[in-house]
Amino acid sequence: MKDAFPRGQTAIVAAATHGIGEAPGYSSMDLAVAASLKALDQVGLKPGDVDGLFIGLPDQFLSGLQLAEYLGIRPKVTDNNRTGGSAFLTHAMFAALALTTGQCDVALICYGSNQRSAAGKLVSSAKEAFFEAPYKPITPGSSYALAASRHMHEFGTTREQFGEVAMAARKWAQLNPDAFMRDPLTMDDYMKARLVSDPFGLRDFCLVTDGAAAIVMVRADRAKDLIKKPAYLLGTAAATYHLDITAMPDLTTTAAVDSGKRAFAQAGVKPSDIDVVELYDAFTINTILFLEDLGFCPKGEGGRFVSGGNIAPGGKLPVNTNGGGLSCVHPGMYGLFTLVEAAQQIMGVCGERQQKDVNLALAHGNGGKLSSQVTSILGSEATL
Amino acid sequence: MRDFSNLQHPEQEYKKFLAEGKFMLQRNRDTGKFFFYPRIAEPVTGSTNLEWAAPSGLGTVYAVTVVRAKPPAPNYNVVLVDLAEGPRMMSRVEGIAPEAVKIGMKVKARVIRQGEEGVVVFDPA
Repeated sequence: MKDAFPRGQTAIVAAATHGIGEAPGYSSMDLAVAASLKALDQVGLKPGDVDGLFIGLPDQFLSGLQLAEYLGIRPKVTDNNRTGGSAFLTHAMFAALALTTGQCDVALICYGSNQRSAAGKLVSSAKEAFFEAPYKPITPGSSYALAASRHMHEFGTTREQFGEVAMAARKWAQLNPDAFMRDPLTMDDYMKARLVSDPFGLRDFCLVTDGAAAIVMVRADRAKDLIKKPAYLLGTAAATYHLDITAMPDLTTTAAVDSGKRAFAQAGVKPSDIDVVELYDAFTINTILFLEDLGFCPKGEGGRFVSGGNIAPGGKLPVNTNGGGLSCVHPGMYGLFTLVEAAQQIMGVCGERQQKDVNLALAHGNGGKLSSQVTSILGSEATL
Repeated sequence: MRDFSNLQHPEQEYKKFLAEGKFMLQRNRDTGKFFFYPRIAEPVTGSTNLEWAAPSGLGTVYAVTVVRAKPPAPNYNVVLVDLAEGPRMMSRVEGIAPEAVKIGMKVKARVIRQGEEGVVVFDPA
């Protein structure tokens, strides 16, 4: 059957973050609700106006039900899917389908985590595989390091090129007052950082922070009544090949090849049309792999593509303009922050890091160990 | 008709073989094709006509990382090995410095005792 994704028929009308960095004394749900209230306030809506809920908390298996209870609402659609950090882009896909078929009228997608102040480390409810656990990989860092080792072997990618990814993220973070890590990061700092799981050192890893995010979606016919510049959902597609790194068919090619191809086809645009790119950078290798797999450069060229400040402020392609998971925020599952930043760039509310004339923004979520890949393409009114 | 009363117990049987010092994998009885990790059915085909068989133990390092442990604990490597029979598995190469393990290296499996369980590791071949 033909992919009949409802291109441009729904829009993100509000997008907010809350508690980025450290937010002690709050539960993950408190933080998610705070971000949700910020987003709803932007468009004059109240929790009682929401009838579609999408959430996946790190520490509450039934967070969809808990969110409905917390907000005191009776949603028609409640989705608590768990594809890892990409879940929220999958939520956007299903929200678009639910909105356009009349299953709900106002969809709220939110996330929050207090992992840094509550646990001081990544909080995950994922179970370790019996065929991996005896070898004590760092979870999930060693899985990504294995992929990086393979990319270096096949394509000659270097640690300096991973360093370029980390430095670009930091430079963007320096333009974002909400970002957690804003100190300058030089190549020397990067190379001297403690090795953790070769080839990765400390600066190849995303941050461990608290933080929350929320977006509100409605049908396109209502969007313009709520906000001047909605971010229309032109396409969203998901793909997955595996969960554990042992089962990943080719460590240098992710399922983003599939999700990206379908999302671009739904949107009717191509990579060279995209104005800003927001990728889930749990590790430096992610940015390189996703730029290749989504078609921004040929396979194997990612390391060279990110070099020379090409994806940093002032470079050819703005990538992870908020500072990403590497330098802005990473509260366990980062996916929703890619959608928030992509939507805000189209809304034109990004302050010092705002790019000029953003009509097309790509958000890409990753879940598990390069396992789940979900690509969303957002457009301004001009793209409809 | 598929016989659901006779399914293998994948994790349990795999670990039992290892505890006895034997490295065994499942394969499809009809095609002889091996797969890993152990499951009740072959991926994609869904075949439950499976048997346990010993692979040659020969393999090639596909990817490698060295986990930098907190001193005084020593660093150790984590590898993905492509077995001669096709499947890929996570393991560790022993007998050489962790930093000396390279992609493409030929290796051979050995079962060791690690704590209470049997574990497959590899030596340079």
